[in-house]
Amino acid sequence: MIKLQNVEKVYRTSSIETLALNNINVDVKKGEFVSIMGPSGCGKSTLLNIIGLLDAPSKGQIEIDGSPVERYTDKHLAELRNRKLGFIFQSFHLINDLSVIDNVEIPLLYRNTSGKERRELAQAALEKVGLSNRMKHFPKQLSGGQKQRVAIARAIVGNPEIILADEPTGNLDSAMGNEILGILQKLNSDGATIVMVTHDEAMAKKTDRLIRLFDGTQVG
Amino acid sequence: MLSNYIKIAWKVLLRHPFYTFITLFGITLTLTVLMVVTSFLDHLFGSHYPESKRNRSLYIANIVQTDSANTTMSSGPASFEFLTKYAKSIKSAERVAIMSNFSFSNAYTNGKRIKLNTKYTDVDFWSVTDFEFLEGKPYDETNIRNADHVVVITDALREQYFGNAGETVVGKTIDIENINYRVIGVVKGSPPTRVYTYSDVYFPYTAPKSNYENKGIRGRFAAIVLSKSPDDLPAVQAEFDSYVARIPRSDYSDNNHFNVLIVKADTYFDHFLHTFARNDKDRITLYVIVGLVLLMIMGLPAVNLVNVNVSRILERASEIGVRKAFGAPSKALLWQFIIENVFITFIGGAFALLLTLAVIHFINSSGWIAYADLTINLPVFLISVLVCLVFGLLSGVLPAFRMSKLKIAEALKV
Repeated sequence: MIKLQNVEKVYRTSSIETLALNNINVDVKKGEFVSIMGPSGCGKSTLLNIIGLLDAPSKGQIEIDGSPVERYTDKHLAELRNRKLGFIFQSFHLINDLSVIDNVEIPLLYRNTSGKERRELAQAALEKVGLSNRMKHFPKQLSGGQKQRVAIARAIVGNPEIILADEPTGNLDSAMGNEILGILQKLNSDGATIVMVTHDEAMAKKTDRLIRLFDGTQVG
Repeated sequence: MLSNYIKIAWKVLLRHPFYTFITLFGITLTLTVLMVVTSFLDHLFGSHYPESKRNRSLYIANIVQTDSANTTMSSGPASFEFLTKYAKSIKSAERVAIMSNFSFSNAYTNGKRIKLNTKYTDVDFWSVTDFEFLEGKPYDETNIRNADHVVVITDALREQYFGNAGETVVGKTIDIENINYRVIGVVKGSPPTRVYTYSDVYFPYTAPKSNYENKGIRGRFAAIVLSKSPDDLPAVQAEFDSYVARIPRSDYSDNNHFNVLIVKADTYFDHFLHTFARNDKDRITLYVIVGLVLLMIMGLPAVNLVNVNVSRILERASEIGVRKAFGAPSKALLWQFIIENVFITFIGGAFALLLTLAVIHFINSSGWIAYADLTINLPVFLISVLVCLVFGLLSGVLPAFRMSKLKIAEALKV
């Protein structure tokens, strides 16, 4: 489903060159729940960004569903992200100016979906995460756990095959964290492929497979 | 999609009231200036009292005599004889009016001198224009034939000369340059910006000092040719051109000195333009200058708005990152920010419209231009909407472009 070969990421400024990822090879199969672990600054988020086509590698090849994406235009990449990928971020990244339901609808804005259909799909997604009673609320009126559930609803509303979660429980207490993990596990058992970045060993152990990073290098 | 964009734009406006105030203040002031200018241009060139048939009128106001190398030139209004011969005879026209350019005179009442603008016209003048007669009626062919000493005056002159007694002045006499004229009608005056109808007193062209019998092609008269419909204008122009082409050279060329005659029946706007730009090259230069001035008026505040917008990009970085991550192509974001900016501009435009109404009311009632009738009519309104759109695009495209090009991973770090 997702294949990375010899991926390297270098950040360059005028005076310094930082190797963020070095020779990464990852192969995530359809329906797998994989976690990426490692200490802070080891390149976990960079790797997830590259898998999610949010950032381009300096070297190496990425394949999604068997097709290499290097030559994709901005428009194609956007379409691929829209159809195949759903993102969950540590700091939620909800748009505070929009209501919960408007936030959840965002991925559908970039498809040919009617307003009515968008509303219905967003409602269904919010029901899945148990927030159908908060549709008209604004992000600022929600707790951290509720915000993350809205973010999950947004990630799944377009029914993507792959969900990428960047420390989805990082800003939550353990009870709330477990609840979020539970939702992700349910999504996985329903068929979604999930890649999750975490530095919580206990969380990582609950997933199918673990990729360990240290200083930008794959160590397990 | 659109409602989602507008919702965001509205919330962004409410987020920082002070920024919003500054932004809207700039937009409103700029658009007010442009709307007042538009209204003034409409006042100058549009169809308004008493020239409300301008859309189907042609003006013959200037004769240019030059040599074939265009090195020397002489120009000025036409003679009464020329217009009678070549304009009055236009068969495809509905009616042709001849009137003199305005000149100055004095009237005397109770030892007081009143300075007057005067105009000599034919009878058709009153049909081609649509003056409102407050009293009496216009002079007719009999008055012209008999060279009667009759005049039509404006309501302003009636008040100045006869006072504000409220009684009718038709039949009373007015002393102009020591000749007594009988007032035959009183009209609501025309603003001085409409030079072919503006005057304080209107005389039949056979009245003293009109010089209508002067020979030659040049004189002090102009004509308004009224066609049956706006669609007929080209045919009327072509007919007039054919008459002019047949004028024998001996009528205007003196020892082969000025052997080229240029005289056109132009729409009001073209006739105005021709006074500044006689050929296509001059015309293009004029358009370019006007375009640049307009761009400057809009451009400087737009640059200011661009700065404000660009400095607010960071505030929206997370939103841009999220939208891109969930599949928004750069183009969609570009449009989103342009639409937002146009939306804000239209809010400013609505304020500007209100402010323009106030400014126009002030100009109309201030007396700076007598009988000023600036309005916001449909054409002015539509042009104002267009101006808002152009301003919105001008100030929105660059910030929108920069926003849409933000790197997702960078944007999400903020």
